[in-house]
Amino acid sequence: MDSEATDFFAATFSIEEEDHTLANSLRFFLNKNPHVAFCGYSMPHPSEELVNLRVQTTGQITAMQAVKAACEDVKQVCSHMRSSLAAAVAQYQQEEQAREQKKR
Amino acid sequence: MVEGAEKKQKKDKAKLPKHLELRRDYVTCGDKLNYNVHTFTAANVFGAMGVDNSWDLEQFKEDFQIVVNKLDKEVMEFDMIGVDPAIANALRRILIAEVPTMAIEHVFVINNTSIIQDEVLAHRLGLVPLLLPPHLFDLKVAEEAPSEKNTVVFKLDITCRRKADGSMDNDKVTSGMLEWLPGGSELPDETACRFAAGQAHLFADPGAGPKPRAVHDDILLAKLRPGQTIQLEAHATKGSGKEHAKWSPVATAWYRLQPVVHLLKDVPADSDVGRELMATCPGLFVADKGGMTQATNARGHEMVLEKLRRLLEQERFSSAVAYRRKKDHFIFTIESSGVLPPQELLAQALEILRDKAQNLMEKL
Repeated sequence: MDSEATDFFAATFSIEEEDHTLANSLRFFLNKNPHVAFCGYSMPHPSEELVNLRVQTTGQITAMQAVKAACEDVKQVCSHMRSSLAAAVAQYQQEEQAREQKKR
Repeated sequence: MVEGAEKKQKKDKAKLPKHLELRRDYVTCGDKLNYNVHTFTAANVFGAMGVDNSWDLEQFKEDFQIVVNKLDKEVMEFDMIGVDPAIANALRRILIAEVPTMAIEHVFVINNTSIIQDEVLAHRLGLVPLLLPPHLFDLKVAEEAPSEKNTVVFKLDITCRRKADGSMDNDKVTSGMLEWLPGGSELPDETACRFAAGQAHLFADPGAGPKPRAVHDDILLAKLRPGQTIQLEAHATKGSGKEHAKWSPVATAWYRLQPVVHLLKDVPADSDVGRELMATCPGLFVADKGGMTQATNARGHEMVLEKLRRLLEQERFSSAVAYRRKKDHFIFTIESSGVLPPQELLAQALEILRDKAQNLMEKL
């Protein structure tokens, strides 16, 4: 992306090779951003893997920064969920072992 | 001391009035349709009340919970609390379509005198789940030549014979009869598959895992009669469910919302309403010691929840009982096809979602 395009406060990002999986998650985190006035995504055609993500900000941050912050949020949520999953699985396996021992 | 003051500040934050909290947190299940289905994601949606709805990572970390209910080699059921449907759905979609596995892609038939056509047999072979760790292999693009880095070769060589006592030998061809060829293809000229080195070393270590084979030995591929032969070579490559469902690592993965049944007013157990509730939904409604009807945990009584929905058509029940679902509490079930254990699949799905966001960030 060229440098002048990154200063806009409203932008439509055309993302290739993505579908609802990432687009809906990004839209969720973008909406949760207090500096974003409007955010939405659409798929022009279901056979083509293209997503148009529209972001309009209040002027305090650029659209680019908003999308980057949303990506960062997705990453942080995934990392946290991974560690919670590992802890939950370990706890379940511990409880299973305790139950097995009690049976004996 | 400062930390204590900060925590108190958080608790004193403006909270929503009860009816709005209900709308935000619960889906109301009516007799004909469900109400309040959407989640409130905008940061300023409750601005008029003075409640901040913007993204707060610390708040998320506090509220988020995963509780595993059931976990064995193939099925995992767990509760995921505190997350939005966008993320839960993204994980479900990734589990079904984007976690890579290995499956048979090219079948080279040397001899097939059975009544199962070549293409039908090849289709069935493709759908057989293979016990191969996908991380050991690379994705194969169509133009690339098959090599030991992206292909695993299996052989099937079965002839049906009639035994001396009249019974048949090898009349059922099952997936357990697929043999792994660690040295590569036996017809390198026809298949253009030449291995520089074998693959035996990948699985030589006792800790490396089981040798490549089909996950289940008893999947029926074809039936033969005496004199019929099947000789073929099958090449397995790595792919994802997006391209073909044979590469999907889950039998399926799904989630549902946590149901909650709540009595809105006191219903004596011996009134008409109370008796009918307890008769239609046994176990969900019980009479407590004070003679009042009580709703027990809806989680264990899913079978009768739809009967409750039918009862809600009548006004005398809909004013007494509320059937709701909690919007951020997902009961997730992952049924693996056996290639990878389900907790490993979920960990990979989270990793893939993380990588997608990372990729996008780099391209911006």
